[in-house]
Amino acid sequence: MSGEPLLKVRGVETYYGNIRALNGVNVEVNQGEIACLIGANGAGKSTLMMTICGSPQARTGQVIFDGKDITRLPTHEIARLRIAQSPEGRRIFPRMTVFENLQMGASLDNLKYFDEDVKRIFKLFPRLEERQSQRGGTLSGGEQQMLSIGRALMARPKLLLLDEPSLGLAPLISKQIFEAIKELNKTEGLTVFLVEQNAFAALRLSDRAYVMVNGNVTMQGSGKELLANPEVRAAYLEGGRH
Amino acid sequence: MEYFVQQLVNGLTLGSIYGLVAIGYTMVYGIIGMVNFAHGDIFMLGAFAALIVFLVLSPIIGLAGVAVLVLLLAMLVVAMLVTSLWNWTIERVAYRPLRGSFRLAPLITAIGMSIFLSNFIQVAQGPRNKPIPGLVNNVYNIAGISISLKQIVIMVVTATLLAVFWYIVNHTPLGRAQRATEQDRKMAALLGIDVDRTISITFIMGAALAAVAGSMYLIYYGVASYNDGFVPGVKAFTAAVLGGIGSLPGAVLGGLLIGLIESLWSAYFTIAYKDVATFAILAFVLIFKPSGLLGRPEVEKV
Repeated sequence: MSGEPLLKVRGVETYYGNIRALNGVNVEVNQGEIACLIGANGAGKSTLMMTICGSPQARTGQVIFDGKDITRLPTHEIARLRIAQSPEGRRIFPRMTVFENLQMGASLDNLKYFDEDVKRIFKLFPRLEERQSQRGGTLSGGEQQMLSIGRALMARPKLLLLDEPSLGLAPLISKQIFEAIKELNKTEGLTVFLVEQNAFAALRLSDRAYVMVNGNVTMQGSGKELLANPEVRAAYLEGGRH
Repeated sequence: MEYFVQQLVNGLTLGSIYGLVAIGYTMVYGIIGMVNFAHGDIFMLGAFAALIVFLVLSPIIGLAGVAVLVLLLAMLVVAMLVTSLWNWTIERVAYRPLRGSFRLAPLITAIGMSIFLSNFIQVAQGPRNKPIPGLVNNVYNIAGISISLKQIVIMVVTATLLAVFWYIVNHTPLGRAQRATEQDRKMAALLGIDVDRTISITFIMGAALAAVAGSMYLIYYGVASYNDGFVPGVKAFTAAVLGGIGSLPGAVLGGLLIGLIESLWSAYFTIAYKDVATFAILAFVLIFKPSGLLGRPEVEKV
């Protein structure tokens, strides 16, 4: 473990049919870090997130987690190694209640820590407690986002993958969510790898950052470095939020 | 009036059997969106497994007193095991490899599996009807209505199994995994659910219910035939559609309604047209409620 990154993506290529979505991507995330991946629509950010979880699997290259090659493991076994994801589109179970969605998040431990963990989630997102017996499909976009993150946290992850946690959220709520991520990282040492369009907020939060263009990682550095980088500023920040 | 109530009792008995089979259709449809056309034949296989157990065991332990109870239990258990194994196997070899291919492919294999199983039983067991003697023949007379112990057993068993299944699906981790798989297979896998295993278990559960229905059908009518899978299978499928495919209570409601329509139609009109009546009502309901009686209309926020 010591020195070795928690997650190592090496030369990964992923295809949808004959279309190559990832072109030999290399990414590393250390234990206890917040790392982010920024890039335009269609760059392959979500594909990388899903490839880490084996759905779809990388055609070439390797995904190594905690020293173990997980490239060819089925998705559910990868999840059992404690990689939790709040995926693109949130993917809330629409005909299950908020409470049941959270229970699904805790299926790995068979609800062993459910009672204490759910309290924590409700403290983090009090809105979910109010809505707990409502069906997932009836929640607003922001509430679904909170539920999706909450559900991922219920798995007690070693690595939390967040695909655009701020998408479609009011600025205040997205700020809350970024604060919650930072808090979890600081107090519990949770390792987070997030994909964001809101580059400014993501870079400010991150210890390590990657820029993806057309299925390639074109730049990397610390969050601060990329924030100061003129190319990054021109492409992702200027004209955006300050 | 007594005649009417009598027909109600008969209809509910038959409807219970349809309902049990319909649950298997509806659960499999719910979880992988496929109509398992071989499910009717699973029902028939259950009847034959029970028949064979009866023929092997009854000369040994006889038909007196407790022996009948033991016999019935053995028939049920063996029938459930055989059908579960069969349904598990066809899911593995005939359906799973086709998952993710175009929608008609698994449907066609399912029809193939159905023909395979009914022909296999025809060749292995012979094409003639196989009778068994009456096992439980007590008949009670309540206010002019005669109700047999068999009918009571069938209704009680159906009600119990329905309660057990309802509980499993709504209140256990397995049931949650099944519903999650049904609603979003990829997300279920991301949460550590073994989707293939969950689907296998669903096939096994459906098969076990069909085996119970098949055994009870055998005991009720006292006869089994290799082509028993077809018409009752289609009726049970109709029941699932009528109740709203994908809905567990809908399957039972649909089964009971079809049983009632059949027996009431046969009692007051011509028996020859009972199937026409059943399907006419199905068509009528679907015109006004395309998702079936208890089916959910698809309104979801994405």
